Amino acid sequence: MNQLRLFHATFFAAVFVLLGTHAVCARADDGDAPVDTDTSAATAYSNEYVVVGDKLLLTGGLSQVEGAAGGGLTPWAIIGGYGTRDQVGGNAYYTRVDVQDYHLDDAGVLIGINNRIEFSLAKQRFNTEDVGVALGLGKSFTLSQNIFGVKMRIAGDAVLEQDSWLPQIAIGAQYKRNDQSAVLHAIGAQSANGTDFYISATKLYMAQSLLLDATVRFTKANQIGLLGFGGDLHDSYRPQFEGSLAYLLSRNLAIGAEYRSKPNNLGIARESDWYDAFITWAPTKHVSLTLAYAYLGNIVIKDNQRGLYLSVQVGF
Amino acid sequence: MNIYRKTLRVFIAPATLLLACCLTGVQAAENPAPANASLHPVYVQFGEKAGLVAIVDDLMINLIRDPRTRAFFADADQKHIKIELVDQFCVILGGPCTYTGKDMVKTHAKLKIDRAQFNALVEDLQNAMDKHHVPFRAQNKLLAKLAPMHREVVNQP
Repeated sequence: MNQLRLFHATFFAAVFVLLGTHAVCARADDGDAPVDTDTSAATAYSNEYVVVGDKLLLTGGLSQVEGAAGGGLTPWAIIGGYGTRDQVGGNAYYTRVDVQDYHLDDAGVLIGINNRIEFSLAKQRFNTEDVGVALGLGKSFTLSQNIFGVKMRIAGDAVLEQDSWLPQIAIGAQYKRNDQSAVLHAIGAQSANGTDFYISATKLYMAQSLLLDATVRFTKANQIGLLGFGGDLHDSYRPQFEGSLAYLLSRNLAIGAEYRSKPNNLGIARESDWYDAFITWAPTKHVSLTLAYAYLGNIVIKDNQRGLYLSVQVGF
Repeated sequence: MNIYRKTLRVFIAPATLLLACCLTGVQAAENPAPANASLHPVYVQFGEKAGLVAIVDDLMINLIRDPRTRAFFADADQKHIKIELVDQFCVILGGPCTYTGKDMVKTHAKLKIDRAQFNALVEDLQNAMDKHHVPFRAQNKLLAKLAPMHREVVNQP
């Protein structure tokens, strides 16, 4: 419980730090209100530059389910937020995934520094609804985990290097700490915390309006860590493949699909690979909304879990 | 032995040249307006030369209104810049034009341009293309050719 409180404190502290940095980093252009001429159609210049970084719209990515900048399921090599290489960007998100027998509440913040390094913090709460009763844990028994993530861009530029085959490449780690140690050990998990390591390659094929990502993750996590780490079947790091494909319909609208393979460490329940199909709308650099249809397959005693994924991201 | 030496020489000569170029900082400027005949349909989607003139007119208005780019254009020879931009875009899109301007390194040598300002120009161009109803996919075909120029235009960390 104390740990939970500590996490919440850290979480809100991080939000305030983010907002604070935001204010400090704001461009000092306040005196420069656009001259009002009769060329009004030449674009509504809001004073958006004052409070937002200069990456192009949507190229800061969304917030994936563990808090890193990415798609919905998988991290991308993109550094989150709209900061370019001499700017700081950041965002906060809330994601809700509702499938037949469970739901997940997921929230987090990230900060991207100089388009080089990204730190993220996320909290996932996985609610077992009636399954909790069937398992003798009680209705709406909830498994929670806190995730601290770090990602570093090591090569390339996904957006501007359009004449190069080299994608943007980043490496990252996600340290996860689950708060239900006793239950996790009872179902065969070897540990309540663990660290995933990944390498991502992301490239925007601008002439085709396509974005591609491929990620390899080394992980021991069961159901991304919500069911602990390692198991009675396997307790070693195994590479998993994740991928995203997005098609840009306009500057602020994208559709796409994702895949994420997962290990099978626990004897009590088969674990499925995950898929989703999504649509994202970013009316401005400050906000994006993502709606997805997610297929999560078998989760413990319930098979064929699928449903809606809704995510709201705000940032700069 | 002889073959071995010959082989070695074949590799060493270009490698030395490459090293020398790197050390002396010799860097051939990229062609600022590479023609892409295959993009001619996109040129048509832009409304050909007249369309480009209208788009670049609005681009310049946007650049001057945009606090991030204003300093570079407000006191510059806007008419000249617009002519060069139209020709450059026209050639890149496979249009019947000739670009007579300088290369991108020389053009921007006296300016201090960072990545954010480069992206700002992209946004201002996107806004101008939107205003003239250039289809999004066609816009991206031009931007894909312009984007790599950041290596020559951006000269600030």
